[in-house]
Amino acid sequence: MTETNGTKQNGAELDAEHWLQAYEQMVRIRSFEEAANELYTSARMPGIAHLYIGEEAIAVGMCEVLRQDDYITSTHRGHGHCLAKGAALDRMFAELLGKEAGYCRGKGGSMHIADQETGNLGANGIVGGSAGIATGAGMSIKLRGTDQVAVCFFGDGALGQGLLYESMNMAQLWKLPVIYVCENNQYGEYTHNSKTAAGSMIGRATGFGVHAQGIDGQDIRTVYSTARLVVDRARNGGGPAFLVCNTYRFRGHHVGDIDRPYRTREEEEEWAKRDPLKLLEDWLTKTRQADASVFERIQQDVQTAVDEAVNFALEAPFPEESEVERHVYA
Amino acid sequence: MSTLKNGIVCSPAIHAPGEREITFSQAIREAVAEEMARDERVFVIGEDVAEAGSVFKVLVGLLDEFGADRVIDSPISEAGIAGIGVGAAITGMRPIVDIMFGDFTTLVMDQMINQAAKTHYMSGGKLTVPMVLRTTLGASRRSAAQHSQSLHALFSHIPGLKVAVPATPYDAKGLMKSAIRDDNPVVIFEDKMLYQQKGPVPEGEYVLPLGQADVKRAGEDITIVATSSMVYTALEAVDKLAEAGISAELVDPRTTTPLDTETLIESARKTSRALVVDEGYQQYGVTGELAAVIADGAFYYLDAPVKRIGAMNVPVPFSPAMEDLTIPSADYVFETAKAMCG
Ligand SMILES: Cc1ncc(C[n+]2csc(CCOP(=O)(O)OP(=O)(O)O)c2C)c(N)n1
Ligand SMILES: [Mg+2]
Repeated sequence: MTETNGTKQNGAELDAEHWLQAYEQMVRIRSFEEAANELYTSARMPGIAHLYIGEEAIAVGMCEVLRQDDYITSTHRGHGHCLAKGAALDRMFAELLGKEAGYCRGKGGSMHIADQETGNLGANGIVGGSAGIATGAGMSIKLRGTDQVAVCFFGDGALGQGLLYESMNMAQLWKLPVIYVCENNQYGEYTHNSKTAAGSMIGRATGFGVHAQGIDGQDIRTVYSTARLVVDRARNGGGPAFLVCNTYRFRGHHVGDIDRPYRTREEEEEWAKRDPLKLLEDWLTKTRQADASVFERIQQDVQTAVDEAVNFALEAPFPEESEVERHVYA
Repeated sequence: MSTLKNGIVCSPAIHAPGEREITFSQAIREAVAEEMARDERVFVIGEDVAEAGSVFKVLVGLLDEFGADRVIDSPISEAGIAGIGVGAAITGMRPIVDIMFGDFTTLVMDQMINQAAKTHYMSGGKLTVPMVLRTTLGASRRSAAQHSQSLHALFSHIPGLKVAVPATPYDAKGLMKSAIRDDNPVVIFEDKMLYQQKGPVPEGEYVLPLGQADVKRAGEDITIVATSSMVYTALEAVDKLAEAGISAELVDPRTTTPLDTETLIESARKTSRALVVDEGYQQYGVTGELAAVIADGAFYYLDAPVKRIGAMNVPVPFSPAMEDLTIPSADYVFETAKAMCG
């Protein structure tokens, strides 16, 4: 199901520097994920990871309009959200490898990265599990009287969870500054959402009177301008919004899902044409704001930083045994 | 003879007689397929159970055999599918509701605890809820705190629910078939780490009663009671104890509710010592209940206080450096048992 009634913007009012920063951030996420995949396939990363490759424009476009003190909640496919909100590469990799230097001291791993410094209230292993948390953050913002905003990222699969609807109803009742961002990558694990989501996706929010839009999640300029609109609105007391960002995960459900028998290679190729990095490159080139040499330099710089971060994480020590019993209670 | 997950070879005593060897996963699939063929009221519903054959590949082939009306891919709606299970069961069907990870059973608690478990009693025996909730337990997959728990104690606490925790392919098949035929809600916990475990399973039809323990090894000096994959951990300890000159008896309750208290007590009376091992959190866990039952029933025969070993009382940590510490190990079971016999 792909629905759009979204914002279209050309981004012309922003300068090249802005877009190159956004580009770099997307490249950083892409390179991080490639490295995570490599760590998995070379058996250096314990467990599995869910890669965000193909969906970078959503996290970056949304987080670009957020302040450091704004909140996000993330998902099992959360590396992109965490990085876009400001997480450092080295501590991210350290967490993926279960090292003490990781964001969660090795306790959380890939699915549970949290970092209050950057307003990241945590990735979540429970599908839809953060809908309540983001809404609670919205309630707290309201009660504390600040002008922060909370952004709740979740997948199209989470539309199956009742908690989301209880939360959106309350957010609208009490005009909480929460943006519900559905990353509609078409699948929940191995099942297409045409088999799991009846009716209209945005209709799920408009039924509560929540401002809702379906947008192209591959085009960072569209994501950015929509984010600008709904975040400013929420910050000024306008209440929650619900965005369905149409996108595609370019890889398997997780790093071990390599055959992908549940979808066709043709479908994948179609979506590959709409690679968010490529779309931004094309636009920047066409409007003569940048050229291939600029993109290459950014890619190389990011790759160097990623390589360094991976080495840091590989060499970092594991936690002490005594760490196990710490932090059960505050 | 077969090789277990720890690489040890166990005696035939752990298995029922039978030549054919299949995996735990195949045993579950066979049980479900046989019952679906036998009784058209049986259907399966869950996330990725049909096209994908479940994320652990346990149900592969069922969709082709029984069609999409009886093997149903659901949205990610645990509370909803459990509720559908209850309602369908009350009205004449025999649903098998699949909850991928035991950790996600927290989302079905109202449906299972306030609805499924209570309906028969509250209706004065008029309504029945013949449903199965199949789910998983067990850590050590580096999956962190929300994908590693063993939450069978939560369900075992509730009158009206039955709970099975099979350890071998033979037990898994026999208990699954009984669960499907049972007129009550039954929750089956399968250890994710056991799916590739092989063991003998006879070709023919059989069922195992819910509520009958199995003595997996006979012994004289100490009784070790273990559940699910802890049976293998305990078995490794039993072998080490044998080397140290201690003869341990290994008892697997196979179901926590109903519980075969008789076999547990009888064994403890015979050996005069008992140690209980389970992968759930130790606090308020299955080990506590089993230890209490044994202490009560065998008190005058015991030469040592009943001991128990559960998972550490911490959320399961991600890092391999920490995760393994939280789960009962064969060495720890061995040391504890040896000290009790000292
Ligand atoms: C409550 C719950 N049910 C099931 C799962 C298993 N699971 C993990 S990811 C996933 C699919 C999620 O799909 P979606 O929300 O679309 O996110 P995507 O993976 O596509 O980013 C499922 C079913 C889970 N983690 N939590
Ligand atoms: Mg999805």
